[in-house]
Amino acid sequence: MTLEGVLMIASALIAVGVYGALSQQVVVMAMMGLELMIAGVLLAVGGLWWFLSPDPSGQVLLLVVLAAMTVEMAAGFAVATLLHRRAGTDMTDMAAELHE
Amino acid sequence: MEILTTVAFGICGLVAVGSGVLVFVFDSMARATYALALAFVATGAALLILQQSYLGAVVILMMVMEMAVMAVYMVMFMGMNPALMPMSMVHSHRAALGSAVAVFVVLAAGALLVPWPERRSAPSEEVTRDLGNAIMGSHMLVMLIIGVVMAATIVVGVVLSSARTRYDRLGDDLDGRSAERDDAGRGGAR
Repeated sequence: MTLEGVLMIASALIAVGVYGALSQQVVVMAMMGLELMIAGVLLAVGGLWWFLSPDPSGQVLLLVVLAAMTVEMAAGFAVATLLHRRAGTDMTDMAAELHE
Repeated sequence: MEILTTVAFGICGLVAVGSGVLVFVFDSMARATYALALAFVATGAALLILQQSYLGAVVILMMVMEMAVMAVYMVMFMGMNPALMPMSMVHSHRAALGSAVAVFVVLAAGALLVPWPERRSAPSEEVTRDLGNAIMGSHMLVMLIIGVVMAATIVVGVVLSSARTRYDRLGDDLDGRSAERDDAGRGGAR
């Protein structure tokens, strides 16, 4: 187990997440992509913590990333609910008011 | 022992990435949700192998709960049995694939080419206790801000997702006088 190995796996997770967030039409599926990206960040921070500087400050940073993930999912579900109420849809393509 | 952890970490990583890919390969939301749950459990297990005993467990617990919420959400809004409805809902497939490959190449090149420094300090025996002491001592400001952000998230969730609140029915002053003007639904309390 090396730092490079951990970071490669994290990069793969982030890349899969980028694909999902960009390509999925259903809002919840796009959120799944975002969450995969944050999972990759979690793994990368954990690896950097363990292999470079295993002191408590790095763990606190991990906790912040975890909190960001929680906020993302809660706010994301709320926005998806709002979208469903207002437009009767769960697709990103139907939520383009700002674009038009 | 070293080889064992390496193998275990490799398996966790492969499961995480593999089920992450499956999330977007499966054509039903239910299977995608389970695949995402598996990806997060594998990520949490990988964190456990990196000696993050508390945060790894938190990731696993939180994500299993989140997938349960997602399942409820699907049943609520998709109005169908999500396991039985095949679907392909993808836009700008090629651009997304290109971006993903580019992101992976850049990040992997960074991981492999950066001359990472040597580890500076030895990990302590009591990693979880250290974390607890840090967020209740020297890093308490972080914990305070996370607490406020979480409370704000609760408010955001309720405000965004509630359909029709007392402010719609009774007006902004809650006295009923401005209800007619403020109520988009033209209902009012009376």
